[in-house]
Amino acid sequence: MAAYEEQEFHQKLNLFAWKRMFQFVRPYRKNFMLVIGLILFSALIDIVLPLFQRYAVNTFIQQNTLEGLGGFALAYLGVIAAQTIGVIFFSYQSMYVEMNVNKDLKRAVFTHLQTLSFSYYNVTPVGYLLSRVMSDTNRISGMIAWGMIDILWALAYVVGVLGAMFALDAKLALVVSTVVPFIALLTWYFQSRMLSYNRKIRQINSHITGAFNEGIVGAKTSKTLVIEDQNFDGFSRITDEMYGFTIKNARLSGVYISTIVFFSAVVTALVLVKGGYLVMEDAMALGTLSAFTTYAVGIFEPIQQLARNFADVISLQANIERVTDLLDREPDIVDSPEVVEKYGDFMEPKQENWEEIRGDIEFRDVSFRYPDGQENVLEHFNLKIPAGTNVAIVGETGAGKSTLVNLACRFFEPTEGQILIDGRDYRERSQLWLHSNIGYVLQSPHLFSGSVMENIRYGRLEATDEEVISAAKSVSADLVVDKLEQGYDSDVGESGDRLSTGEKQLISFARAVLADPRIFVLDEATSSIDTQTEQLIQNAIAHLLQGRTSFVIAHRLSTIRQADLILVVKDGKIIEQGTHAQLMGQRGYYFTLYSKQFEEEAAMRTLDNRP
Amino acid sequence: MEQQKGTRELWGLLSRFSRGSRGYFALALFCSTMATVLSSLTPQVIKITVDSVLGDLPFGLPAAFLPALERLGGREMLRGHLYLLGLLLVGIAVFSALFNYGSRVGIALGSEGFVRRLRNTLYKHIQKLPFSWHVSHQTGDIIQRCTSDVESVSRFLSNQVLEVFRTSFLIVFALCIMFSMNVKLSLVALAFIPITMAYTGIYYSKIAKKFRVTDAAEGELATVVQENLTGVRVVRAFGRERHELARFDEKNKKFSGLWISMGYTMGTYWGFGDLFTGLQIACIVILGAMETVHGAITLGEFLAFVSYNATLTWPIRSLGRIFSEMSKAGVSVERLNYILNAKEEEDAPGAGEPPMDRDITFDHVTFGYGEGQPVLKDISFTIPTGTTFAILGGTGSGKSTLMHLLNRLYDLPRGCGSIRVGDADLRDIRHSWLRKNVGMVLQEPFLFSRTIEENIAAVKPDASLEEIRAAAAIACVDEAITEFPLGYDTIVGERGVTLSGGQKQRVAIARMLMQNAPIMVFDDSLSAVDSETDSKIRAALKERVGGATTILISHRITTLMQADCILVLKDGAIAEMGSHQELLRRDGIYKSIYDIQMNQDDRILTEGGEDVGSL
Repeated sequence: MAAYEEQEFHQKLNLFAWKRMFQFVRPYRKNFMLVIGLILFSALIDIVLPLFQRYAVNTFIQQNTLEGLGGFALAYLGVIAAQTIGVIFFSYQSMYVEMNVNKDLKRAVFTHLQTLSFSYYNVTPVGYLLSRVMSDTNRISGMIAWGMIDILWALAYVVGVLGAMFALDAKLALVVSTVVPFIALLTWYFQSRMLSYNRKIRQINSHITGAFNEGIVGAKTSKTLVIEDQNFDGFSRITDEMYGFTIKNARLSGVYISTIVFFSAVVTALVLVKGGYLVMEDAMALGTLSAFTTYAVGIFEPIQQLARNFADVISLQANIERVTDLLDREPDIVDSPEVVEKYGDFMEPKQENWEEIRGDIEFRDVSFRYPDGQENVLEHFNLKIPAGTNVAIVGETGAGKSTLVNLACRFFEPTEGQILIDGRDYRERSQLWLHSNIGYVLQSPHLFSGSVMENIRYGRLEATDEEVISAAKSVSADLVVDKLEQGYDSDVGESGDRLSTGEKQLISFARAVLADPRIFVLDEATSSIDTQTEQLIQNAIAHLLQGRTSFVIAHRLSTIRQADLILVVKDGKIIEQGTHAQLMGQRGYYFTLYSKQFEEEAAMRTLDNRP
Repeated sequence: MEQQKGTRELWGLLSRFSRGSRGYFALALFCSTMATVLSSLTPQVIKITVDSVLGDLPFGLPAAFLPALERLGGREMLRGHLYLLGLLLVGIAVFSALFNYGSRVGIALGSEGFVRRLRNTLYKHIQKLPFSWHVSHQTGDIIQRCTSDVESVSRFLSNQVLEVFRTSFLIVFALCIMFSMNVKLSLVALAFIPITMAYTGIYYSKIAKKFRVTDAAEGELATVVQENLTGVRVVRAFGRERHELARFDEKNKKFSGLWISMGYTMGTYWGFGDLFTGLQIACIVILGAMETVHGAITLGEFLAFVSYNATLTWPIRSLGRIFSEMSKAGVSVERLNYILNAKEEEDAPGAGEPPMDRDITFDHVTFGYGEGQPVLKDISFTIPTGTTFAILGGTGSGKSTLMHLLNRLYDLPRGCGSIRVGDADLRDIRHSWLRKNVGMVLQEPFLFSRTIEENIAAVKPDASLEEIRAAAAIACVDEAITEFPLGYDTIVGERGVTLSGGQKQRVAIARMLMQNAPIMVFDDSLSAVDSETDSKIRAALKERVGGATTILISHRITTLMQADCILVLKDGAIAEMGSHQELLRRDGIYKSIYDIQMNQDDRILTEGGEDVGSL
């Protein structure tokens, strides 16, 4: 639960950002108009309903007759029924607009994410992106559909009522309207204060979640160190902080509401008393005052509502900016227009123009630094890898073994120099062309929820069931499948959770085999897998590497030793390269690394395999 | 039946954790009721002023108030002192504002106190739960319970519980007045209460079901997005962006489609809710008009009756909702009680704090996790105090289990042998005492999201930087730490910089050294460190803590051979045991590993691959 600190955005209203959001409403503008029509309709009914009571008093009670009561009742019921129907359609249409905007917005963000580079993914936590796609879009579309309508309605109501009051009595209306901006300002002031408290509270809340996480994940360590009580002290400091801020927030909102209540009452009292004297002096009709006070009492709630809505709108600005910020982010790696012209993009690939790939890779005078890095990790690096070569990359955890792979796969591009595939700069072809020819098996294999069959088929979507099964067999993944209750149709769970790491790895091998790529990248697992699975994986790897250009980020001695070329990485740089025999002869860093691994493997094998 | 149990558990938990908050809740309840009553007075005052003081309609007050009003001078007096009514309005507002403030702050104090107590108790309880409980539960699930279930209970408490009392009070209050005016009409109004409440309740539980479906759809959508984002390398490497988009579109359409149909359902709910409310008001207006025309009530009473009836409608609708919310909160409480009812680690009665610088004896120890095969079978050995004891074993041989038992992360059941320090059985030693005296470094140590300094000083928060650096120096990590831009103030763990496996292990060793424990256990905790540093660390350790009993788990012969006694564990049983020299003479597993590792330089160079790489 990485607590990614919320990015702070400026609190200014940026109309441009809003305009972009409203583009998403455009396809549904007819429904949007209908929604506005419907809410005006139901507001009208809200105004009409109290009139029935007045009519009953004037017509029946004061005339002391029940004549026409039947018609009256019918009309009354009719209006209530109309209101019911209006509300139903209003809700439906609002929801229709909201969810369609929501859907389109989510799709736009998701589609854009498919083009962003790894340099972005490397520094951005998944949780952060996930909340852009899911919750920010939810808030924006909800606000556009419901919030805007609330604002429009309240605005129309306030303006209409103020207009009516001025028509009735300008002097009295002036008394009321002086307080309108005052209340609005007060609301604005308090809302922005409360907003910042709320933000703080959310932040502390994520600390609480983080603390729970650490308390649980670190339970074993806490127990062995006997620091449970200390951990608790730290935790209770966070909950105390939470308590403090929540109470402060409650006090603030209490003061705000109370102030509003008080001022509304003062104005009402002024209107009543002043109006009352006017009526007694016959300067005003009683009916007018009656209407006036009704308006005066009724206007405060919409004004508060309006101010609250505006505060919401301001806070929504942050959501909008987060989404537009994402949508505006340029991918670091883009295919040039000419390339897209010829090879297509990922939405519409022009596969008919794609050349066959052989798998020759050449690093020509490549220098490279990571976008967030301080120094070059490669300087004028040259390396020719003929098709079919097995390259092993070795080094300690965190030494930067993935750099070459990232470059070769064009997940990053060289800062200087060129990388050639089959003799041509890879920037002259589309990313999709290259990626479609690469098989990639990760250290922590990633599966998607769905069946085993679907997961293997990810390698080649048009493959038949038979092809999937034979791919699985070729890397012994069928042994995993046999153990599952529903065979190939078994669900692997979210991200493949229901399988062990070793099992996931075998499935991902099958996926790669099915894709039958010319270039193969294998990030070997370091985690200890049981001996039997280990053996299976060894066999699978040997099968996979045959006849393909391959990069293996390797730990197992057997894989390393067999490589055609070994690159040794330390502190991000390639410090030694050659075959196993050459490197051992040098007795350098490789020799040390190898010895350490050797002693580990030797002991484990002796202990585990001996009968 | 199940629902009843949930409800009972709900009130049980609420009452347990509201201790200390009840005063605030009572205050909030009182204040909010008063505020509601007062704020319902304002329109009445205005109405009476306009219609009856300035106009000539009869006072719309219950009959009981009228004589008092007449005695004070009635309409004429009020017309002469109109400002009195203005002051009355302001006076009402002042109290209403005060009560409003009181109720908000009261609720906040009460419910936040509740939540704080609940969270603290959960955290403390989870810390004290036995290790076996932690192993058998998913972290994500527990966190879910500790966060969102806590929130839903507290939301229920602060929004609903007070609301139940307040609305019940308001309904009873309004009904009393109404019945005092006209029984017939009141019965009509009363008749709508169960109907509206039942309707709201039923509809809410229906909608709740629909919500679960949409929640699930949202979950599926989020899963697709999350898997796409975490698997971005796989997606790109296979060029599957278009396929991903299709998967996403499918779930996205399903999600929005469900919500749109939810729009219908909710619209129908709101629409019919309004319909019932409207009908109730219409019935009262029509029947009331008839009663007035027939002379059963006065016009003033009619007006008052209609407005009291209007105040009834909303509380009734919200009461229906509250009852359906209650079952939801009940589910959360059950999930929380699941944690709270788990048994904490407990010391045996009379457990003591015996001296720990004594011999450690494992006496016929047999142990298994749960039902399956025992992991340890009849293990007996003694580690004399102050000596170094080494353990060598394959995966699943039970070597870590031995250490779990020594530290009582798992308890050895009675009748399965015994483990003793000196004469004291482990089970009769206090947990905290035992663990303080057994310093343990795990193979994959956990560092907290704090600074390195705080991590090392975890067991001794008041330690000086010199002390901390001294410990780090022994663990050969001082130099590496000072090379960080922030040095010892570097934050590590999930929210900070990532240390390499070797650095983590060494920081953990430094942390353990701060314990100054007479027994130290290194559970394969130098595996990520190269052999040179490994031996440097051990030499420094020897110098600093010469008198401590040391237990080492390792694969490295160079590490093992310096121990006074070496135990080779295989499939949970002792395969060989003795000093380095003894084991070499025996020519068993130890000897063959020794041969491979000691002659590795030659063997590595000569080896063709068929021996080691059994490909």
